[in-house]
Amino acid sequence: MNRRPTLVYWIGFSVVLALLTAAPLVLPEFWARLATEILIWGLLAMSSDLLIGYTGMVSFGHSAFFGLGMYGAAAALLTVSPPNLWLALVYGLFGAALAAGFVAYFSTRLQDIYFAITTLIFSQIFYVIIFTWTAVTGGENGLTFDRPALAIPGLFRMHFSSTSLHWFVLAVVAGSYLILRRITQSPFGMVLQSIRENEARTRAIGYPVERYKIVAVMLSGLFAGLAGVLYALQNEFAAPDFVFFTVSGETVIYNVVGGIGTLVGPIVGAAFFLLLREGLSRFFTEFYLIPVGVIFVAIVIFMPQGLLGFMRRWLNQ
Amino acid sequence: MGIPLEQVLIQTVNGVVTGMILALVASGLTLIFGIMDVVNFAHGELFMLGAYVGVLTLAATGSFWLALLTATIAIALLGALIYVTTLRPLLGRDPLTTILATFGISLVLQNYALWQFGPVARKISEPITGHFTLFYLDYPWYRVVIALISAAIIAALWLFLKFGKWGIWIRATTQDRVMAQAMGIPVPWVLATVFAIGAGMAGASGVLFGPLTAVDHAMGLDWILKVFIVVVVGGMGNLAGSVVAAIFISLLEAYASLWVSPAQAVIVSFVVLILTLLFRPTGLFATATR
Repeated sequence: MNRRPTLVYWIGFSVVLALLTAAPLVLPEFWARLATEILIWGLLAMSSDLLIGYTGMVSFGHSAFFGLGMYGAAAALLTVSPPNLWLALVYGLFGAALAAGFVAYFSTRLQDIYFAITTLIFSQIFYVIIFTWTAVTGGENGLTFDRPALAIPGLFRMHFSSTSLHWFVLAVVAGSYLILRRITQSPFGMVLQSIRENEARTRAIGYPVERYKIVAVMLSGLFAGLAGVLYALQNEFAAPDFVFFTVSGETVIYNVVGGIGTLVGPIVGAAFFLLLREGLSRFFTEFYLIPVGVIFVAIVIFMPQGLLGFMRRWLNQ
Repeated sequence: MGIPLEQVLIQTVNGVVTGMILALVASGLTLIFGIMDVVNFAHGELFMLGAYVGVLTLAATGSFWLALLTATIAIALLGALIYVTTLRPLLGRDPLTTILATFGISLVLQNYALWQFGPVARKISEPITGHFTLFYLDYPWYRVVIALISAAIIAALWLFLKFGKWGIWIRATTQDRVMAQAMGIPVPWVLATVFAIGAGMAGASGVLFGPLTAVDHAMGLDWILKVFIVVVVGGMGNLAGSVVAAIFISLLEAYASLWVSPAQAVIVSFVVLILTLLFRPTGLFATATR
């Protein structure tokens, strides 16, 4: 293996990381907040890339994992006092894992569009439960809570400013990226990619394909739940709208626009989409989704590899 | 638990009526899937736009039946347009890309409706206002009429597929696209026609269902999910299967809403779907092929 491209890759990674670290210090308040939001949606999209890009399963159910992460965090922050950041993470991840396990068990028996449709409908089950179970989830109004402090017991304790929140989110997203990258390059990740390329042959070689798929969905769901926790922390509320399947659809859009199978692509896709929305909403007000939809369809037809598709090999080395 | 028999019977009638409308939308979707391998995510939006065309024509002409006809034709043309501009380039690629493309289209159509018609829900008035007495209820004749019209349209589609020249071409294309082309069947036109028929059926059901609900830009969202459930439970591409599944699921939901709120009754159809996928993943009424 050639060492030089790897070096270039890590230099590129450090430069991007440095730029994102500096972002809240130089950008105005509004754009800094948008940058944090892009990172969170990017994490959600990146988590589903593990399925779409690496395993070849298009999930339309990521809103469920995202939403369960959100409501899990809300549960921890509302029931335990004093509110604890780490407990929120644990609860959120537990909620997402529970949902992911449930969805994975059933949906991985099916392939292609059947998988897509079942994940979609499973996420709607969670939506209906959350929407109608007003006593626990607040129903249509959702739940609001206060942001906990960043604290390590016995060491230090500080309240989140918008800058330190950005850094916290950045650290989590960058860490998740490195973990996901490691997963996709591990023997496990190789099996996932061989399922994508030729499922029948992978099975014939003797890999328990279903088990691999279940683990892949659960891992993906965990990272989606992590994104949900971060979103809950940033916005200090949890609402059923985020469990609705249109969020899953947007997640898929980020992936396709950015380039599937690259992990970074989905973040770029999220950035592209959110910036486009910001830019277009100045001209089209609330109807910005019309041009967004047109651009998306055009990308599906003319640029199926997405924006970063051309550097796919390089990013996966 | 004492549920009076009348209520059960009333819910049976309700279930069959909604089931027929659902079957009409679902058979369009399953036709498109079975023949073209296209999962049309925008089907709910075609349904919604059909209802809006109905509202507009009704306002302009005052005739419900003219509105029904106009909506069917307009949405069929729109379907052909969507097919030619966005789906034809995707033919032969992974069916998943068609989900993505039609999802994009549904975003465009839904927000277009919001932009054109605003967020205020419209109403289509019933063309037949008569009632008959069903136990203690005044049951509107119109509901029975829609069930019959839906059944008639589905039956006509079936006859067309079975005996019509284009119908035979359509079935030939389903079996083997390349061979059909070799036999001189104009496959691109056949596919465009199929998409137009499916879309037109969605448009017609939008108008038919309009009087029973409020017409707004988001009505497609509720429907597309139900329709997907029906189509998967019935077996994708299986016309008879989706009709039976539509009635079956609507009946279950109608009975369930005797005990719980309609919003929660949806869970019943989700459960049916899960059970179907567990035990008969290719649909309750799947034939051996596939």
